[in-house]
Amino acid sequence: MAMKIGGRSFDKRAEQGVRDSYMRETVRTAQERLYTNKSQAEEELGDWEEWRSLSEKIRSHTVDNLDYYLERLSENVSKNGGHVYFAQTAAEANRYIQSIAERKEAKKVMKAKSMVTEEISMNEALEATGVEVIESDLGEYILQIDDHDPPSHIVAPALHKNKEQIKDTFSRRKGYQKTSKPEELTQFVRKKLRREFLEADIGITGCNFAVAESGSVALVTNEGNARLVTTIPKTHIAVMGMERVVPTWEELDILVSMLCRSAVGQKLTSYVTGLTGPKAQEDVDGPEEFHLVIVDNGRSNILGTPFQSALHCIRCAACINVCPVYRHIGGHAYGSIYPGPIGAVLSPLLEGYEDHQDLPYASSLCAACTDACPVKIPLHELLVEHRKVIAQEKKTTLGETFAMKGFGLVASSPRLFEMAAKTAPALLAPFTNKETIEKGPGPLKEWTAIRDFPGPKKERFRDWVKERNKGGAE
Amino acid sequence: MKVSLFITCLTDIFYPDVGKNVVELLERHGCEVDFPEKQTCCGQPAFNSGYHKDAKKAAKHMIETFEHAEKVVTPSGSCAAMFKEYPSLLKDEIRWRERAEQLAGKTYELTQFLYRVLHVTNTGATLQGVATYHTSCHMVRLLGETEAPYVLLSNVQGLELKELPNKQNCCGFGGTFAVKMSTISEQMVDEKVEHIEETEADVLIGADNGCLMNIGGRIQKEKKPIKVMHIAEVLNHREMGGGDV
Repeated sequence: MAMKIGGRSFDKRAEQGVRDSYMRETVRTAQERLYTNKSQAEEELGDWEEWRSLSEKIRSHTVDNLDYYLERLSENVSKNGGHVYFAQTAAEANRYIQSIAERKEAKKVMKAKSMVTEEISMNEALEATGVEVIESDLGEYILQIDDHDPPSHIVAPALHKNKEQIKDTFSRRKGYQKTSKPEELTQFVRKKLRREFLEADIGITGCNFAVAESGSVALVTNEGNARLVTTIPKTHIAVMGMERVVPTWEELDILVSMLCRSAVGQKLTSYVTGLTGPKAQEDVDGPEEFHLVIVDNGRSNILGTPFQSALHCIRCAACINVCPVYRHIGGHAYGSIYPGPIGAVLSPLLEGYEDHQDLPYASSLCAACTDACPVKIPLHELLVEHRKVIAQEKKTTLGETFAMKGFGLVASSPRLFEMAAKTAPALLAPFTNKETIEKGPGPLKEWTAIRDFPGPKKERFRDWVKERNKGGAE
Repeated sequence: MKVSLFITCLTDIFYPDVGKNVVELLERHGCEVDFPEKQTCCGQPAFNSGYHKDAKKAAKHMIETFEHAEKVVTPSGSCAAMFKEYPSLLKDEIRWRERAEQLAGKTYELTQFLYRVLHVTNTGATLQGVATYHTSCHMVRLLGETEAPYVLLSNVQGLELKELPNKQNCCGFGGTFAVKMSTISEQMVDEKVEHIEETEADVLIGADNGCLMNIGGRIQKEKKPIKVMHIAEVLNHREMGGGDV
């Protein structure tokens, strides 16, 4: 499947992540830097909560009226001389893109960073027809030359690698001979890519937002490579998830501002580009042909469900940058190109529970994600919603179902609760070492392998209250 | 003021001393404390695991149990937040939803109640030592209470409070998460303990026995010389020799 990465079970992948001390160090440092930068950016802007509420309103209004805005977008792209293609599935999107490459007799495609093209495995589809695809985003380039290592973060795809590892990859694959200084590494790639840009037949980008009122595509980047991708090759294809539309430039302004601040703590990234159709007669540069591929790939199934707000996501990764689970296991452990809290919500929605059933449980429900989200997606609540679906469809273990049924019974009956509260200490008594339990039985084993468990007390709180009310206690 | 105490199942069974301190603390500030004996658990374990039918049973029982209460006070931000979740859990049953809203509206976490309802800023406590405070996720993010515990702790005589690095990060408890995802939970609690050690505090204070059972359990297992105290124990603490107020 397209989004799924890495084999094996979630547990195994998480264990592997936990053991990767280099990756964890890089992720920890990145999270702390991004957290500080984002907090500063929020403060500078002022009234952050109001901006969040406004952004949430914009996103929910747009997604509620998605059909309307997509139609307007499509009309306006056509009016500008561009082509629009609605792809219901990943395969449809790839077939359309392949057909353009074929018609153009394209040998080389330059790409800007795009998660939706990762989602539909577009590179593989093009490569299968003999087209060379070159990633021009530095992070994506590193991953591509490292045997197509999958991204581990939606904004910084190579976040799991440190500069030494990147230097090694460059020398192994591309004969790089300088140091691991980021400037030198970047210069090296820059030189290599310049030539490729001039030879490329097609440029393919994602789309941070599409503006319905003018039929424009907005790209938000820091490296500037996307501008070369969209201006040098004669054909530009933009691929967008169908929810990434905004009504007008006014809403674009607000959401871009929130995106930059939430993603990297910048007021604005180095490049924010608005592209409206192919090159006009009076233009000196720009592509002769423009295609907008609007990808559904499971999104419309989310509309009208309790998960609809997941479609409000603007892919800033703020939730990933604060997630304590992501912090310790890294992106690859999620087994999806969409990792972290938003990935744990989206992956089962777009690709089904079968491959992603563990993800909704990979959260302590600490709600740091919900708090960080610039468009107020209640991420931790959506994770619980997934757990609800999984429990309802009886995909959990029989033991858990029984335990929870039992829980419901006990928690709603004071008599049973009393009995349970009395027997628990008695059952635990044989395992007690002084005040604590160091090696517990059954499900307690998982707890006591890591932590001591409080030992049973002679008197419960309620016993004390009873005595006290009788006048027994002091 | 008449206050009905929701002690939480963890405190009832495993931390009765914390419960006693809660009662004394409330009484010290002029409250008449009522303990509805029928109370059980807020239902969060079932709710968080996605078993909402079972969670509803617990919710309805607790709504009935506390229906008579003027104010409900609980020494856990997480369990208080669960009470506030009831209206949405019962949104399809209009009568129950209304009753749930009433309960949610009169429920307070302990420090929140002291600070925001009773307007207490100083509980008259004394405790000699260096401490750090763990901000529980549900208290901060679901209840939105970021001030009360700090104000109250800052006025404990003799107590030096050190800021906990990365205090915004979860300790790794998360109820069933601690057992279900134990590999990850272990890393989270380990990092939390590391940061606590960095502060060189002798005492870790928290306002939620779930988090404290997790962090404290790890501290004990690793035999670290750090004492773990619930905030009720700190706010009710009097140095020996000092009589009751």
